[in-house]
Amino acid sequence: MSWALPLPVAIPLIAAALLVVGGTVLPRRAQDAIAIAAAATATAFALAILQASERHDVLHWFGGWHPHNGLALGISFTVDPLGAGMAALACGLDLLALVYSWTFMRRQSQTFDVLMLTFGGAMAGFALTGDIFNMFVWFELMGVSAYALAGFMVEELGPLQGAINFAVTNTVGAYMILMGIALLYARTDALNLAQIGRTLERRPADRLVIVAFVLIVTGLMVKAAIVPFHFWLADAHAASPAPVCMLLSGAMVELGIFFIARVYWTVFAGPLQVHGSGVRDVLVGLGVTTALVGAAMCFLQRHLKRLLAYSTISHAGVMLTGVALLDPHSLAGVANLVLAHGLLKGGLFLICGIVLVELRHIDELQVRGAGRRLPGTGVLWLLGTVGLIGIPPLGVFLAHQLLDEGARAQGFGWLAAVGAVASGVCAGSMLRAGARVFLGWGAAADALLTPEPDEHAPERDVSLRLMATVAGVAILLGLAAALAPGLEARTRMAAERFADTSAYRAAVLHGAAHGDAAAHLPHSVLRIDTGSALYGLAALAIAVATAAFGLWHRRLPSGLRRAGSRTLWPPATVVRDAHSGIVGDYLVWLSAGTLAVAAVWALTL
Amino acid sequence: MSSRQRLRGFIAAPVLALLGGMLLWGLSGAPAFGDFHGAYGDLLNRIAVPQRHTTNVVTAIVFDYRGFDTMGEEFILFASVVGVVLLLRDIRKPQGSKDDAVQSDAIRLFGVLMVGVVLVVGLWLAAFGLVTPGGGFQGGVAVAAGIVLVFLVAGYRPWRWFGRERLLDPFEGGGAASYVALGLAALIAGTPFLHNLLGPGSTGTLLSGGSMTLLNWAVALEVAAANLVLYTEFLESYLVPHLSER
Amino acid sequence: MTYLAYAVVAWVFAVGIYGAIVSRNLIHLALCLTVTQSSTYILLLTLGYRHGGRAPIFKGVELGTAAVDPVVQSLTLTDVVVSVTVIALILALALDVHRQSGSVDPDEISTLNG
Repeated sequence: MSWALPLPVAIPLIAAALLVVGGTVLPRRAQDAIAIAAAATATAFALAILQASERHDVLHWFGGWHPHNGLALGISFTVDPLGAGMAALACGLDLLALVYSWTFMRRQSQTFDVLMLTFGGAMAGFALTGDIFNMFVWFELMGVSAYALAGFMVEELGPLQGAINFAVTNTVGAYMILMGIALLYARTDALNLAQIGRTLERRPADRLVIVAFVLIVTGLMVKAAIVPFHFWLADAHAASPAPVCMLLSGAMVELGIFFIARVYWTVFAGPLQVHGSGVRDVLVGLGVTTALVGAAMCFLQRHLKRLLAYSTISHAGVMLTGVALLDPHSLAGVANLVLAHGLLKGGLFLICGIVLVELRHIDELQVRGAGRRLPGTGVLWLLGTVGLIGIPPLGVFLAHQLLDEGARAQGFGWLAAVGAVASGVCAGSMLRAGARVFLGWGAAADALLTPEPDEHAPERDVSLRLMATVAGVAILLGLAAALAPGLEARTRMAAERFADTSAYRAAVLHGAAHGDAAAHLPHSVLRIDTGSALYGLAALAIAVATAAFGLWHRRLPSGLRRAGSRTLWPPATVVRDAHSGIVGDYLVWLSAGTLAVAAVWALTL
Repeated sequence: MSSRQRLRGFIAAPVLALLGGMLLWGLSGAPAFGDFHGAYGDLLNRIAVPQRHTTNVVTAIVFDYRGFDTMGEEFILFASVVGVVLLLRDIRKPQGSKDDAVQSDAIRLFGVLMVGVVLVVGLWLAAFGLVTPGGGFQGGVAVAAGIVLVFLVAGYRPWRWFGRERLLDPFEGGGAASYVALGLAALIAGTPFLHNLLGPGSTGTLLSGGSMTLLNWAVALEVAAANLVLYTEFLESYLVPHLSER
Repeated sequence: MTYLAYAVVAWVFAVGIYGAIVSRNLIHLALCLTVTQSSTYILLLTLGYRHGGRAPIFKGVELGTAAVDPVVQSLTLTDVVVSVTVIALILALALDVHRQSGSVDPDEISTLNG
């Protein structure tokens, strides 16, 4: 299966290039069809690779440059099930987005198709690579495609501002990663992840390794939208068209989290393992902060896409805590969360696109009640939201269960409560928005929510049925993902292999087969742990309470409201005003955050 | 300067100073300047000529040992140019009148000579990149610069002939697509992606390096076309409308 | 001498980001990012330097002669291309902003907040 590894990257890229060559000659429909065919082929190959990698790691050395006495000469794709799964998710979301855009993006559809294909190919490359500089190249290609796609709607200032904030902050993040790569190269003279790890393991972590770790993890945290590096995400989502948002929230942010785990386990686990608690505590702290800040900001939004964007930030925080526990059980939970969240959130963004086209606004209050004529879409929104709460056995439940168990095993049982609160508040905000838009419930005006510039609605000449079908497919897949036979056991096996540094190294540098080739893949049905089920129901209760509060807080007794506004409102305004939309502020936060993380780790590692 | 801006600068200065300090602290663990003893680099210096018959080791790395990185890099340029075309699509007001042609004969004569020289240098850089310093990227940029010179020394109309989308898009897309196609060809032949399909050729000549030569030219083509598209976009979005206003 | 090269890297890196933070013009901001990127070039090339080493071109030169590191040079080449492309995009966005609002001041164009 090694021959298939380059294909999820090569096929979208060559299709993109050929679209530009034939751009003036081919009719628009043919171009869209080529793009969809390329994305479908890439997804198919990615799934095939996933299946092959479950038995043992699959390797591909580009140019045929195999390692020379354990020294890697060329670039490798080193694929284990988690990496292949990420690539398959990214290609799959790309495919769904392109099908959705068959009618949604009429103008400039060729440029859109080209950039979506390069975005998809880059994401696949990022997930599959085993070389740190190759990762940087795909990071930048993802970035460039995304910045251009974010600036798609150039007619208004809001989207342009979002695109600039996105481009500038992520570019600085990329420079940090590059500095980190240079530092690692200085020490180890290698760019292959396994080889760097092997060289670093010989000595305990010193200043250079710590600074390299800080720089690389911080740069990846910018991509993963972790507080305080997260400010760009909501602006970018407000700027981008709905299918692009699907990819940003569903795959790009998650790839940042994924590579933090990858780079830790392959490169830094050796020297930093003795200081595991130092690494863990900082990352757990950042993850928890992100989960709570994201949830709070999510509640304060009226712009539907920004609302969903902050919910992504909150979920990214939960994912980071899962990775931060540095343990395969929690890592399996993160993998499941990425899968379910990617599909569900992607579907919800596609519904935003439907709302914008049919109801002509994206502001919750402005379209209040107008969604009553889109009952099917409303039901899908409800299903997507329910999926993100974590009620057994649907949607993100399996993920939360694995995360809770992993946290409890490490003495971090309180993380389960944080996860429940964060997902509850976010889902509650989404329920509130859904109720307002699709049912017309709630007050017509709400001073709590921040008004944002509205979005320019595209032409009405779209196929509602196609768009709703694609959104429905995404949401139903996300809901049902946890029910796939044996998923829990298989992700846990995959996570065990992901965390097995020495076996990875042996496979890459010496060609040893990694993985149990004879193992029978499990097909067990989902089990439900009562503790996690209770947390899921608690999250549901929080969600309903949040939604009710959001819709009808005016009807609360005035004494209660005054007490609430005096205690809760000032800190909420401080957090909200920090999101100023000005790129200079964002860069200050980025620099200060990097410095703080560096200071803590310099002292504790 | 508003108070917010002042506050921002006030906070940023010490933060960035400390950040720079932290970077320096980390770098102090790196080998001393001039004390390079890297295994990877030295190994490649030794084996590139015998294995690939390429005397320019950097080009051998760019197009062979780490050729997959170059493919990604080429597509970054490709995607960014497509993005710029997308972003500037509403601003472009391509016009040009007879009046904006360059009038001075001295400049026109100088221009003809210079354009020729720059183009030859660019093509030479690209062609001999496997032997002496140079390569597809460098050559492509030089060729594009030579063509931009046409705008400077002759005027908008002559430039417009080169800056057409119909002309440049096939080259840009074709260059990018051929790179991937060469990689896929290797895959179809049963070897790893981007494996050298042709023989290594003879050292020190134009035909050294095998597939590398083809990849080199694919990149040169794509880079030249992409740069020209970039220049066209910016010229037509900003400069030309201002010129014709006069 | 050792620390001078690395001090230059740290200085350029920090000053580029500082310039981007306090910038009042998007074009200036894009160029500050270029400055920051230059620090990565300096670092990469500095790391590959060997005293008395020649360029890694072996035409007419005996193999085995001490040469500087070719790998960092190829990394820098990729880095330069990446930087050009990103800056081109940011400049295009700046042009669009100017057309929409007449201003290129990042503080004045902020409409998204909260």
